[in-house]
Amino acid sequence: MKVRYAEETFAQWQRQFETAPKRSDGVSSTTVSGADIEPLYTSASLSEGPEELPGEFPYTRGIHAAGYRGRLWTMRQFAGFATAAETNRRYKYLLENGQTGLSVAFDMPTLMGQDSDAPTSRGELGHCGVAIDSLDDMETLFRGIPLAQVSTSMTINSPAAVLLCMYLAVAEKQGASMKQLNGTLQNDILKEFIAQKEFIFPPQPSMRLVVDSIEYCAKEVPRWNTVSISGYHIREAGSTAAQELAFTLADGFAYVDACLERGLKIDDFAPRLAYFFDAHIDFFEEIAKFRAARRIWARHLRDRYGAQDERSLKLRFHTQTAGVSLTAQQPELNIARTATEALAAVLGGTQSLHTNAMDEVLGLPTDKSARIALRTQQMLAFESGVANTVDPLGGSYFVEALTDRMEAEAEAYFERIDAYGGVIPAIEAGFMQKEIADAAFRHQQELETRQRLIVGVNEFTAGNEEDEIEILRIPRRLEQEQVERVREVRRRRDQAQAARAVTQLRKAAASPRENLMPYILDAVRAYCTEGEIMGAMVDVFGLYTEKAVI
Amino acid sequence: MSELAAAGAQVEEPARPVRIVLAKVGLDGHDRGVKVVARALRDAGFEIIYTGLRQTPQMVVEAALQEDAQVIGLSLHSGAHMTLFPAVVEELRRRRAEDIVVFGGGIVPEDDIVELKKQGVAEIFTPGAPLQSIIDWLRNRFPAR
Repeated sequence: MKVRYAEETFAQWQRQFETAPKRSDGVSSTTVSGADIEPLYTSASLSEGPEELPGEFPYTRGIHAAGYRGRLWTMRQFAGFATAAETNRRYKYLLENGQTGLSVAFDMPTLMGQDSDAPTSRGELGHCGVAIDSLDDMETLFRGIPLAQVSTSMTINSPAAVLLCMYLAVAEKQGASMKQLNGTLQNDILKEFIAQKEFIFPPQPSMRLVVDSIEYCAKEVPRWNTVSISGYHIREAGSTAAQELAFTLADGFAYVDACLERGLKIDDFAPRLAYFFDAHIDFFEEIAKFRAARRIWARHLRDRYGAQDERSLKLRFHTQTAGVSLTAQQPELNIARTATEALAAVLGGTQSLHTNAMDEVLGLPTDKSARIALRTQQMLAFESGVANTVDPLGGSYFVEALTDRMEAEAEAYFERIDAYGGVIPAIEAGFMQKEIADAAFRHQQELETRQRLIVGVNEFTAGNEEDEIEILRIPRRLEQEQVERVREVRRRRDQAQAARAVTQLRKAAASPRENLMPYILDAVRAYCTEGEIMGAMVDVFGLYTEKAVI
Repeated sequence: MSELAAAGAQVEEPARPVRIVLAKVGLDGHDRGVKVVARALRDAGFEIIYTGLRQTPQMVVEAALQEDAQVIGLSLHSGAHMTLFPAVVEELRRRRAEDIVVFGGGIVPEDDIVELKKQGVAEIFTPGAPLQSIIDWLRNRFPAR
């Protein structure tokens, strides 16, 4: 880029900067990821090359030429707690308040593929999300919500194929065609091994299930986003922004490789891969991360994988504000944190957004805190003016330089992962896990030594004693009711049909060339429970345990 | 009689570091906190055994007995603390190992902390707790002999 000032002018600024008195609070000027930041960026920071426009390869400035002038982001609040009936009420409340898409949070037993009456489900029911054991619960969850007309995101991974089949079966009962359904399945098992650790099967059969669902949806549910390749959990586990970007994109490429190995054609499945990133508190670093993600994906898909369909090249992503940035101290401040993070997501060009509720660090959000979180997005969309122009930060010396650097750091990580032989061997060697744990520890030490301040946590703590805030409690009786419900489902169903479906699924699982989706769908229709269906596959695939490394 | 003892000096046993079993109980896999705490305690001179994920109360107590640990530290982020933390205390009682101190960390509301302490959990550290506060609490509880 042509530098647009005289060298002498810059030297003069530099002298002024060096002699100017500096803050002496000991607080680091690095990003929250620990990355160095220059005190000033200028046209000299910009890379060479033609000026890029939105909607144009490699989409740094956004995938749509019209940006949010064309269409605002989808306001998609992640919600789920207690039972299907309770959560169904919350969904209707959110839809009535102007939310534009649903997003299901499942409870821990559901995420771990076990039924509510399993011994290890005790105490876990309905806390982190809604408890779903069978098609019966799924029907209750979406009662009165026409699935042909809403788009639904489901955060589920190891048992993703099972929950997707339950959704398809509900749609079928509502009379909706699979071809009409819109939604997203998280279905990202790799980041479970890397960060969130909700794995069940070993990596290889886990990958097979992911590819099975991609292959099935490409034919049968063409508008469904089959994998939401997630950096969120990697970041929340303590990674830096560059690690989040790199590990997530590396996972994306691993799914592409696995699908190609299955014999799928790149442009038949790549347009339905979507991404999910964290919006952390370091404003510009996050914006640069989102912009770099689009550019990396587009370049790799075109140049490495030979994708030709433009939709394959366009990285679409959902964003959630950073749960880890929220503080239990003076929790109302979390509204401001979330607004800052949401703004970064919007300036980074997100397709959909979840804003955290201020009380999520304490427990489940109340109706009121969930509404404030949604209203925060509505303020950004309709009051702040940020949606009026496409990629308003394009051309910013700082943001462009950070975007370039973020891309370079990700590429360097790709090389290190390749040196292990790919994502799965790198996981098995604990590479990403160790990188993340190191970053998390470094961050905590910065807090301990006060090189980094968090308001209400290690500074500005006056007011912490007023932390009285209402939190939502899950009544114990709901746990017992859910246990009764799953037992009732098992009693009521056609036993022969259920037994047959499970046997056939087990047999198909043992035969690596079978796509398991139709078998799972049959088992779901027969009201087999999630635990039974997952259990049949565990019989064949086994369980994965990780070597615990500190 | 050794010369030292003859000279009336105190015979000091070499101070054995406090041994702590850290465990993730319950179903959630969020191990960021427990790993950070493990490193910090290790750096502060404690002996740390980290069990890994998805430990049942029985497994945790068994590990503590096997390792001859004085302390069990539990980490949980799923909301199941009111079931699982007391279950560990109960299992210690059943195995006649009530002398092992149990503490925990995670998203635990204030009212629950009061109740857990009644049920025998020695301390709960919540989000934002400085690592030093955990170290100080342990040192206070186990002063160097």
